[in-house]
Amino acid sequence: MKKTTKNNIVTCGIVLVFFIICSILSSAGILGSKLSGLLIPIGIYIILSVSLNLTVGILGELSLGHAGFMCVGAYVGGVFSILVQDTVTSPIVRIILAIIIGGIAAAIFGFLIGIPVLRLRGDYLAIVTLGFGEIIKSIANNIYITKDINGVHFSFAAPVADIDAASAVDIFKGAQGIKAPQDTTLLLVVIVLMISLIVIMNLVDSKTGRACMAIRDNYIAAQSVGINVTKYRLVAFVISAAIAGVAGVLYSHSLAVLAPKKFDYNFSILILVFVVLGGLGSMRGSVIATVVLYALPEIFRELGDYRMLIYAIVLIVMMLFNNAPYFISIRERIAALPFFQKLKPKKKAVGGESK
Amino acid sequence: MSENKALNTEKETSVMLEVKNLCIQFGGLKAVDNFNLTINKGQLYGLIGPNGAGKTTVFNMLTGVYKPTSGSIILDGLNITGKHPAQINKDGIARTFQNIRLFKEMSVLDNVKVGLHNQKKYSTIEGILRLPRYFKEEKEMDERATELLKVFELDGEKEQLASNLPYGKQRKLEIARALATNPKLLLLDEPAAGMNPNETAELMNTIRFVRDNFDMTILLIEHDMKLVSGICEKVTVLNFGQELAKGETAEVLNDPRVITAYLGE
Repeated sequence: MKKTTKNNIVTCGIVLVFFIICSILSSAGILGSKLSGLLIPIGIYIILSVSLNLTVGILGELSLGHAGFMCVGAYVGGVFSILVQDTVTSPIVRIILAIIIGGIAAAIFGFLIGIPVLRLRGDYLAIVTLGFGEIIKSIANNIYITKDINGVHFSFAAPVADIDAASAVDIFKGAQGIKAPQDTTLLLVVIVLMISLIVIMNLVDSKTGRACMAIRDNYIAAQSVGINVTKYRLVAFVISAAIAGVAGVLYSHSLAVLAPKKFDYNFSILILVFVVLGGLGSMRGSVIATVVLYALPEIFRELGDYRMLIYAIVLIVMMLFNNAPYFISIRERIAALPFFQKLKPKKKAVGGESK
Repeated sequence: MSENKALNTEKETSVMLEVKNLCIQFGGLKAVDNFNLTINKGQLYGLIGPNGAGKTTVFNMLTGVYKPTSGSIILDGLNITGKHPAQINKDGIARTFQNIRLFKEMSVLDNVKVGLHNQKKYSTIEGILRLPRYFKEEKEMDERATELLKVFELDGEKEQLASNLPYGKQRKLEIARALATNPKLLLLDEPAAGMNPNETAELMNTIRFVRDNFDMTILLIEHDMKLVSGICEKVTVLNFGQELAKGETAEVLNDPRVITAYLGE
């Protein structure tokens, strides 16, 4: 336990140091405005990938609908902020309320979707979560919310009819999405990111996390030692959804306009790629993979069309480096060199090192 | 000696497990038919029979993996027929598996700590917020798990991944994990499978030790007759899903019908 605690602190430290250095560099003007602008989305993407890692790496279920939960959080939080824009004028109070409401909404969706979905396992679960993710996006695509002098109007599939045109303000315009106040700051993102990381890492290193990993490793054996399989799968799934919802709130408040088509399955797959390449179950890996893979296409933007080629090659190389037996043996040989042996702590750490 | 006997007869008056007319049918196949079993507290009971006789199916019904078509299972006065596996474990039956089922990607210590799951009460929220009860109960779990691992001489490997243990130790770890759930009745499904004679002899000692020191009632499935005749006080022989013989181990193993079932005509 001591070792995992130490590892968790190191992971948090890496994140903090990364953001502190980046913000110093950007305020000194070294980083350039384009890269500085990436810091907030990187933070949000890290929150997403660590939350997805809880479902995929710890619980062991492939979820392809993570963007759906983010979508719920983004729009519930966004609509809330727009509605209270005039009454709650302090942006920090407003976004904290939005985060809480968006997180709870995503948790409720996670719970409702989790009940049927978690009856399935493996490939079937993956496909059904993909379906639910698309359903959420499609529903968001058809929501129209307008505010006028008489109150708030809501309609599906068409702009709201009979409104008082003079005082009407569009809040949610179907496929065009919402224009939430831009309340997200880098500091807030880093704070929420640290909280999410600590919540997930503490969860993993507790009775609940062990129960989830036991279910992942052997479903039947987990039942045989008295683990309530349904309960713990649902707990992990709901927490994962809630944190994705929180990331969604930050996301919708960091963009001028947010359209539902952003939350398609490509988005879920992108996050999944971060998680898989960072290493299933490894929060530190998710953090590093997200930073590298998110920043890469932006750094190589000058290369034009070649950048996606480079991106793809990096993906393949990382995947091979992580999993191919040949690369693993090379890695072990490098680690066995006297120089690296000296760096290592005395007792050989086996497994769970990166957790 | 006489005192010992008196103790034994006293033990025999209390029944740990009573199985009555247990049947299970898969489609047209009656896998287990009219199975009866009575195990007293503290007994070491063997369930033997040729391959495909339905022994593991009986285990799966006892632990709730399969729902019996008919019949009843009473554990220490409590009817557990048709309950869920997790609930049956809480009621007091723990098991090991014929094909080892450890939590492979978890450490040896964590495997046992999963077994201790239901004995500690701190909630998910307390775990996330690291409230005092988390630290207190985690410490207790660590201590208890280490204690159990010591019994099986596994405490030296507690930080290793379970999948990195050699075969014999994996079997032991499974028993340790089952014991961690604090059961009344322990089911061992072919504990000696794949072991050499030395390991089997060691295992026999371990099983006896568990029975004596943990005050355990044990039901085991086994093909190794040396182990069965060495430690089981009573046995039931299953053949084609039906009971062929039952009684004192030595008598049953010499029964010509049993020998025929194993070796053929």
